[in-house]
Amino acid sequence: MDEIVAEYIRRTVLKIPRDQIRTMLQQWGFLSEAQLQAINFCQIKDSISQDVVQLCEQFLFFLDNYIYSNKRLWSVYQMNKRGEETDFFDLTDFKKKFKRRLQSALTNVTINFREYEDNAIWIRIAWGTPYTKPNQYKTSYVVYHSQTPYVFISVSVLKSNLPLLCQALVAASNYHDIREMELRSHYLNSLKDIVFKSYSQNFQSYYPKPLQERNVAPENLMIIQENKNEKERIKRVNSEVFGDGPQPKLEFAQYKLETIFKSDPQMNVLNRKVPFRCLVKFSSPHLLESLKSLAPEGMADAPVSPLLTCFVNP
Amino acid sequence: AGISRIFDKVPLSLLQTYLVGSDEGLQQQLAEAILREKKSFRINIHLATSLPLPSERDHLRPRIDLIAFMIDIKSKYSLRNVEASLAYVDASFFLGKVCFLVTGVGRMKYCSVEMSAICKLREVYSSPVLFCELELEGIRVATAQRLLRMLEICAGFIPGVSALYFGSLMSSSANY
Repeated sequence: MDEIVAEYIRRTVLKIPRDQIRTMLQQWGFLSEAQLQAINFCQIKDSISQDVVQLCEQFLFFLDNYIYSNKRLWSVYQMNKRGEETDFFDLTDFKKKFKRRLQSALTNVTINFREYEDNAIWIRIAWGTPYTKPNQYKTSYVVYHSQTPYVFISVSVLKSNLPLLCQALVAASNYHDIREMELRSHYLNSLKDIVFKSYSQNFQSYYPKPLQERNVAPENLMIIQENKNEKERIKRVNSEVFGDGPQPKLEFAQYKLETIFKSDPQMNVLNRKVPFRCLVKFSSPHLLESLKSLAPEGMADAPVSPLLTCFVNP
Repeated sequence: AGISRIFDKVPLSLLQTYLVGSDEGLQQQLAEAILREKKSFRINIHLATSLPLPSERDHLRPRIDLIAFMIDIKSKYSLRNVEASLAYVDASFFLGKVCFLVTGVGRMKYCSVEMSAICKLREVYSSPVLFCELELEGIRVATAQRLLRMLEICAGFIPGVSALYFGSLMSSSANY
């Protein structure tokens, strides 16, 4: 929301007599009863009007997410601290420093914040140029979990603003630097699951196999599975690595690999063992689910190579 | 238990086919297609991912009439799997009782196994190669019928035609 508009709302609400504010909001009928109850009408008027502005901002975030849910491409960044200092996280300080950094570099930029229950701070940024107003249609979003060094960024089109955005984040959060983590997806929650390792990890436990009535169709008695034990081993090993639940939805991933070319020694290719450096890129509608099905579908040995399972535990 | 000999013309009425390959789903589908065909003999179809077969079941193996190795042209892994398994097949089987089923040729963009590798298999092991898109039902049915004919010959059901004769017939017709 435009700061001028937000300021207008704030000042106008201040002009309304305190006992009329609630009635006015009820008349408007836009806010739910629950939201109305969340506003403390006994506090000073300045705070009440701030609350109203915040509610309008909430609608802005809500609207953006409603339209663009799962259409934004999120990247993960990790911030590093110089030493071991654990500063207490001050939200107001963070917002102030972030805004100051961005606005000192760019005059035309709109910044809105929203805090969520899971310690996540969402930042909405509309970028402008010295000659144009901020474009509200192509916004960047940042999700920062203050208890972690991870930041999720959806840049949209204006990649040239990314370095400035990163600088502002690092300065505001008292970190030293920031680096991109080579994981990308349209599904923010899946990225969070991978990075925060909160999806189901399979722990060793004994499940007694239930006795089943074998209602086998007569046709199937003539088809004999020779490798039943092996198939069960593959399932078990796969479960240990990937867990049993649904995989987080990862779409792009990449890593740098240093390796040595292996060839027949008689072929005399590359006499000196100089390592190759390469970039390995993965792209899939559902990368982790594909990797999980490699062994059961007979496309790879189980356990699957750690070059492929590194995404499960980055 | 019966002993499988190439020119044994006294057929036992229960024939044993082995499908060896890494794609279990496709094996299962082909096996079901074979069972659906009309035949005058009983048949057991064994599905294996690779050879050698697990030794626990050795006592239940009276005879092996036909071995069909399944290769997916989109998967180098499936080719390597078959090549490794071939080492465990007794030489006598290569006189007509082995064939290769190659799937996936319909999608050239995804081929990672070269034709030269397939041709080499055919030459080295003197066994026929059938190219079949097993994912398509019509081709699956046709392949099932062909395998059943081969099985009949290999088991000695067709008088005057031995597995070796049929095998050499298939190979010479392939060299056009």
